[in-house]
Amino acid sequence: MKILIKNGHVIDPANGIDAVTDIFIENGVISEIGEDKDLTGVEMEIIDATGKIVAPGLVDMHVHLREPGQEYKEDIETGTRAAVCGGVTSVACMPNTNPVCDNAAVVSYIKQKAAEAGYANVFPIGAVSKGQEGKILAEMGEMAFAGAVAVSDDGHPVENSGLMRRAMEYSEMFDIVVISHCEDMALGEGDMNEGAVATAMGLRGISRAAEEVMAARDIIVAEAIGGRVHIAHISTKGSVELIRQAKRRGVRVTCETCPHYFALTEEACMGFNTNAKMNPPLRTAEDVAAIKEGLRDGTIDCIVTDHAPHHADEKDCEFGLAKNGIVGLETSLGLGIKCLVNEGVLTMGGLIEKMAVNPSRILGIAKGSLSVGQTADVIIFDPRSKWTVDIKKLHSKGKNSPYDGFELYGKPEYVLVGGEIIINQGELMK
Amino acid sequence: MKHDLLGLKELSAEQIKNILSEAADMKKIVVGAKEKKIKNLQGKTVVNLFYENSTRTRLSFELAAKYMSANAANISSSGSSVAKGETLTDTAETINAMGTDILVMRHSMSGAPHMLSKLISASVVNAGDGMNEHPTQALLDMLTMIEHKGHIEGLKVAIIGDIYHSRVVRSNIYGLTKLGAEVTVGGPSTLMPMGIEELGVKVFNNIHEAIVDADVVMGLRIQLERQKKGLFPSVREYFRFFGVDDSRLKLAKPDAIVMHPGPVNRGVELSTTVIDGEKSVITQQVTSGVAVRMAVMDMLIHGGF
Ligand SMILES: [Zn+2]
Repeated sequence: MKILIKNGHVIDPANGIDAVTDIFIENGVISEIGEDKDLTGVEMEIIDATGKIVAPGLVDMHVHLREPGQEYKEDIETGTRAAVCGGVTSVACMPNTNPVCDNAAVVSYIKQKAAEAGYANVFPIGAVSKGQEGKILAEMGEMAFAGAVAVSDDGHPVENSGLMRRAMEYSEMFDIVVISHCEDMALGEGDMNEGAVATAMGLRGISRAAEEVMAARDIIVAEAIGGRVHIAHISTKGSVELIRQAKRRGVRVTCETCPHYFALTEEACMGFNTNAKMNPPLRTAEDVAAIKEGLRDGTIDCIVTDHAPHHADEKDCEFGLAKNGIVGLETSLGLGIKCLVNEGVLTMGGLIEKMAVNPSRILGIAKGSLSVGQTADVIIFDPRSKWTVDIKKLHSKGKNSPYDGFELYGKPEYVLVGGEIIINQGELMK
Repeated sequence: MKHDLLGLKELSAEQIKNILSEAADMKKIVVGAKEKKIKNLQGKTVVNLFYENSTRTRLSFELAAKYMSANAANISSSGSSVAKGETLTDTAETINAMGTDILVMRHSMSGAPHMLSKLISASVVNAGDGMNEHPTQALLDMLTMIEHKGHIEGLKVAIIGDIYHSRVVRSNIYGLTKLGAEVTVGGPSTLMPMGIEELGVKVFNNIHEAIVDADVVMGLRIQLERQKKGLFPSVREYFRFFGVDDSRLKLAKPDAIVMHPGPVNRGVELSTTVIDGEKSVITQQVTSGVAVRMAVMDMLIHGGF
């Protein structure tokens, strides 16, 4: 099977390519980039990408696929199908499943289920601690050998600073990074961001200090031992500043944010909108500006979705009882274009770096580029073409999105995973 | 289209004035009339759905409904109808199936009546939701103030106590500021929610400053279990710094009135001498409560919102 993607605007920041050219794919692998190849008489499928952007498939390193254990919210098949529909060809999934992904068997199970589903590539993230209980280290070495690409107790913070230190030291032997969900629980008890909006609605406020205290701790621990840490889903101006300073000092820290932290503010919670309830909570306009500046100046390495599907019953309830989190896989590219590229915060190449190149580098996976010899995970989209989000039509089992009715840009028209065309002219092929 | 009373945040000054003026008429029936029975809600069904115990508020709504000849029923959380595990969505179906006209709802979570309102055809009256609002309480407070002061505009109202957890204070802030009163809040900083000044009030940790020249001093109930959560060190220390006693009350205007939504912890929010003193209008608040609730329910059914 040979595929020629013709005449598209190829953006491949990993190889410094930003030009109109062709991509030739053979047997699922990118075999050539350039226009001069003589292909007369070669039998192949031709995709005309004139006027469109051709980029490496997106890599989302913070996704909750919910399987095993919470298939009523999402499973690996529906989650990866949603991913592909959003142009995300690789996901790293968090271990807060049931059972917790804290051993090699669960890692293998997830990889096998993902292969059977055949949509996006799935890279499991193992737990830091057994049962995510924050007490003793999980078998990181065995998980790494089974295919885990990072460790995290996401969903919960690692409260014990000593355990966090050991996790950084131990995981480094296996070349996997610790991803830290930063939340000081004693400061973080609440429903939404602390401030006038929460106060006016009679909701309990979550202090920004809850996130920043632990981000600062992780930076200090990493700095003291020369270790490496990746800070998950940063949401505040203070976190951006802490990480900016740490990077200047040479601390081995990377971080990610989510589209909702640059697309929405706490005011989305007004009217007790449970689809705007998440953890960390939506913050203020000042934080949004700081997040954008952090993305622009390179303080923030990645954009991830923290895709957190929930059942309707878990959101159609009192705000205080509603589960935290939103689905995001199908809207992240569109929000990135709308809020970052169109507003001049990032170039399109810069956006692809945050959504594909940097996550691959941090996880140490061979994704996020269109290099010759690389498995062909490719997306094609028109960043000027508008589409409207209809949450009823999301492919995820979770419909918990705050973006219903939003006008976004650049819905993927073609998505190739391993050279297989899974979305063809906007149609899901399987 | 049905109307609800979910909070004073959503109402205009005009709407609040209309309710207060009808409530003043209703109060004549409650205190003056020989026969406390009018036919305004005859044939209508009022259901009290209380997820939190509050005998006095429930009783007040029940009396208001009965004085207006409505059929009144109670569903309480201890009863079987609001069994554990039943969601608000399930409850909404029950309420609809019962042919309810007005649902009076008390719930421990902010926003619960707002959510239920979207699911049912009955008009919803919020009888207190979490820390959010308790609109009929603020309306009865305002009615009582008008009875004593003749107006709301220009009054200085000092509200002292647990501001953080209080739905009463939020409704009073919305209502009083819309009607032109100056509101100050006082209490320990650990019971003061961040950003409260953005609701248009002045904030004091020193309650002398909060009370100075006040026309109205309102104490708020302190839940004694807040002490266990470390929000203040002891009841003794609370009263020493934040309790309203006779000497502090002297800082208010000579003709000031003292209010409290009840039930009062004697010697905590207010000293016994203040509670039983001549400035206290706490028992009149209770009577105003029935009148306000009559007015609200009448207007929800017959228009005026
Ligand atoms: Zn997390």
